[in-house]
Amino acid sequence: MSFIKPIFRHPTQTKNKAGFYKSDYEGRISTLCAGCGHDSINASIVAACYEMNIEPHKVVKLSGIGCSSKAPAYYLNNSHGFNTVHGRMPSVATGANMANRELTYLGVSGDGDSASIGIGQFIHVNRRNLNMVYIMMNNGCYGLTKGQDSATADIGSLSKSGSRNEFSPIDMVSMALESGATFIARSFSGDKKQLVPLIKAAMSHPGFAFIDVISPCVTFNNNKGSTKAYDFIREHIEVTSEFDFVPIREEISVEYEEGTQKSVTLHDGSQIQLSKLYSDWDPSDRNSAMEKLQQSKANGDILTGLLYIDPGSQDLHSTLNTSTLPLNQLTEEDLCPGSATLEKINTEYR
Amino acid sequence: MSEQIRVNDMVVRFANVNGTGSSSANEVFSKAVFRMGIPVAPKNIFPSNIQGLPTWYEVRISGKGYLGRRKGIDVMVGINPESMKKDIAAVRPGGYFIYDNTKQLHDDMVRKDIHMVGIPMMQLSIENYQAPRLQQLFKNIIYIGALSVLIDLDLDVVKSIISEQFEKKPKLIPPNHKALDLGANWVRQNLVYPFNVRLKHSNLTDDKIMIDGNAATGLGAVYGGATVLSWYPITPSTSVAKSFEAFAKKYRKDPETGKNNFAIIQAEDELAAFGMAMGANWNGARGFTATSGAGISLMNEFIGLAYFAEVPMVLVDVQRGGPSTGMPTRTQQSDILPCAYASHGDTKHIMLIPANPTECFEFMAEAFDLADQLQTVIFLMSDLDLGMNIHMTEAFSWDDSKKYNKGKVLNKQELEGLEDYGRFKDVDGDGIGYRVIPGTHPSKGAYLARGTSHDPYGRYTEDGEVHAGEINRLIRKFNTAKYLVPKPELYQETFQSDYGIIFYGTTTYAAMEVIDILKEEGGQIDAMRLKAFPFQDEVKEFIEAHKTVYVIEQNRDAQCRSLLILELGIDQSKMASILNYDGMPITADSILFQLRLQMEGFNGQLPSTNNHNNASVSHH
Ligand SMILES: Cc1ncc(C[n+]2csc(CCOP(=O)(O)OP(=O)(O)O)c2C)c(N)n1
Ligand code: SF4
Ligand SMILES: [Mg+2]
Repeated sequence: MSFIKPIFRHPTQTKNKAGFYKSDYEGRISTLCAGCGHDSINASIVAACYEMNIEPHKVVKLSGIGCSSKAPAYYLNNSHGFNTVHGRMPSVATGANMANRELTYLGVSGDGDSASIGIGQFIHVNRRNLNMVYIMMNNGCYGLTKGQDSATADIGSLSKSGSRNEFSPIDMVSMALESGATFIARSFSGDKKQLVPLIKAAMSHPGFAFIDVISPCVTFNNNKGSTKAYDFIREHIEVTSEFDFVPIREEISVEYEEGTQKSVTLHDGSQIQLSKLYSDWDPSDRNSAMEKLQQSKANGDILTGLLYIDPGSQDLHSTLNTSTLPLNQLTEEDLCPGSATLEKINTEYR
Repeated sequence: MSEQIRVNDMVVRFANVNGTGSSSANEVFSKAVFRMGIPVAPKNIFPSNIQGLPTWYEVRISGKGYLGRRKGIDVMVGINPESMKKDIAAVRPGGYFIYDNTKQLHDDMVRKDIHMVGIPMMQLSIENYQAPRLQQLFKNIIYIGALSVLIDLDLDVVKSIISEQFEKKPKLIPPNHKALDLGANWVRQNLVYPFNVRLKHSNLTDDKIMIDGNAATGLGAVYGGATVLSWYPITPSTSVAKSFEAFAKKYRKDPETGKNNFAIIQAEDELAAFGMAMGANWNGARGFTATSGAGISLMNEFIGLAYFAEVPMVLVDVQRGGPSTGMPTRTQQSDILPCAYASHGDTKHIMLIPANPTECFEFMAEAFDLADQLQTVIFLMSDLDLGMNIHMTEAFSWDDSKKYNKGKVLNKQELEGLEDYGRFKDVDGDGIGYRVIPGTHPSKGAYLARGTSHDPYGRYTEDGEVHAGEINRLIRKFNTAKYLVPKPELYQETFQSDYGIIFYGTTTYAAMEVIDILKEEGGQIDAMRLKAFPFQDEVKEFIEAHKTVYVIEQNRDAQCRSLLILELGIDQSKMASILNYDGMPITADSILFQLRLQMEGFNGQLPSTNNHNNASVSHH
């Protein structure tokens, strides 16, 4: 079921630099359960796109199948989208991106969609460094099929019915680090302050940007004993850094304490301002990120924030040396070699 | 063993070991026959293996222009000791077995009813070349030289082909020419020549080229405007991707920037391969993938998505022997039904069925227009025989005034004037809605493409009536396709017989030979070739006009016959079948044999002659 949302603009709403109101970035009324973590993420996506002054029609929304993958209906009504099949969103995103390198590709998926049926495509889209944002709404269960354990569920985590998960979890952040993503972050659906700038930075990053967002399922996995419940997350969250994202042409006004500050300049001139909380961790060093992750895992903590970034990232179009003009804008003149060439080809086969 | 002389009518088979360089020598042989103006049809019979197993190269030479396989091997060049016994046995009585007598042949290998022609190939090679690898390679060239004298293959033509091949490595030309002479001279000095089967210059190959279907398909994709190829390696479709890549690198680089006006991705599997190409099409580029066998099975979920979300897509299926991993290096037409109805739920798909490389080129280029016009998956149903063998075929042509037909796509201005855009609204009554490519307009035309049920605006629905309305519209669209896909080919102006044959794809070569043979015998059968699915009214009319129709195809289950019965509502008792599914291309002999056998049951009106070789259903 899906409703048209009445367009209601708060009188105090202002247009962003691209000339759009925040409501221009919204979608239909959500049909997800009240309190579902996924809806908070949707709100952060809306905020990030509004703040990035991006024209809504320049964003392409993609998803697989699941409660999380329904999300594209609930934000960016003026963006085209493709709700694909279970676990296969990365391939559709790859093809779409190849067709037009000028748009922003924003994919959302679930932990079932990404870590089980879709883990093959997930790893391969990482290693190709496709220029896209990939948000995994991670609730440790299959929401849409009524709460079965997913592959990200922790050992010992209790389901609503009280049964205990006995299998080792797949940590998708480590997976992304291993397989070549060039922007890796983790956040919590309830932490808009951290999530919005992360999404903004991810959108500016020229390569594969993965954000694992812990997003409790209030209906099937928010019980005592579940390690993806709101209470548990709030108790175990550990933050790598204070984080701010400054798009190009905006004044840099954030101030950080000397010594802990790290700023990363992206290809378009935007800046990521990090106030590191750990002196022994360097977000532009894969090994360092890996170590920090292992440490916090051993401590039973959930490490959040920007974990790794490669500021020199080269996306798939650079690797394939594709034309600067999007492939979908090329015409017969660019594409068809014509009859004279064909005559030459014929003689090669005589 | 005196026999009458036969000119430009023979089957030559080479028995080699794969990985020994024989295939390029054998290709030179075919090409030389072609350059002499004589129709030639080579077939590679190869194992699913890289090195060391038996492989055969069979060449049909026919002044009458028959390009199918035929029974009866006239000349066997038996180089492989492992398969030699079988190879000797395969020669027709009165035929020739050419072998390397550097080592003497065992007595019980000798057949008295054929000519045993020993040539010291390896000895000649060892005497003239140093490195063992070269000795091996030149042995192949030596037998081509010998053959030139034995069957009157023009040695100058062979030499000029070799010179062209080594244009960039001219140092290799003289030793190759020498090897040819070694073989030729040895024969001149030691044997009686030429054979009773021999060649004579002709002019039947003007305006023709020699190319494999997969190369033609890849070239068709370049001409058809494909920019995105995603694929996963599988025999026999791999060379489609390789061909597209080679042609694109040559003809699709921006001359100024050196950048690629194409993107090729070797995907992680066939699911991803399909998803990527479909994503590209959804976003307004022309994408395609090529696969075979198991790849088609894996793509099924995505095929349904492209069908229901109405995304243009081009999928090349180079059919091979199934089921399962089956016979990866043998041919079949056994994906017809699985492709016609691929994916769960009510689905039907459009298939184009080329019968030669020229049609591979033309249909492939056309497939992109059809996909964009019909906003659905277009299957190009090739097969291993067509894809991986070199065929003599009409030279390619292209009309430079042709514009790509992108179908119904709304641009920004057109959207501006639209008040009530709905992606799937059937405004024109042909079942086809208007697409909008992402990024077109800031506030109009956006929708969420999906595989869930949707209303004409693309919005999710669980309303049964709305759902039924939409899938009914898809049938309207399918009917529209009938008017856009290639029409069947009829081989007579008016029907002459109570009996008809229907065939498609690579079965055409043998079927046309059958039509000819029957004519020579004073008989007549009406014939039609299918080029596409959905079937047009002409197909139904043809079937209705005949008492019995034989559907000739290369699969066990008479798949196309079933499809005709199902889709056209035909009485199945009038639909007979002629089949071949041993993995080797069907022969005219086999068709005639089965036809005659069945006609008796139908009180056959065809004059049946006794002197024609009865073919068995197996062909090896
Ligand atoms: C091929 C296939 N198998 C199974 C399903 C059924 N299915 C729908 S959603 C889903 C799991 C979704 O879990 P997740 O991705 O974590 O999303 P969530 O609902 O938890 O947000 C499954 C198994 C399907 N749609 N397709
Ligand atoms: S079932 Fe869980 S994941 Fe799905 S909408 Fe409800 S709360 Fe969210
Ligand atoms: Mg989940």
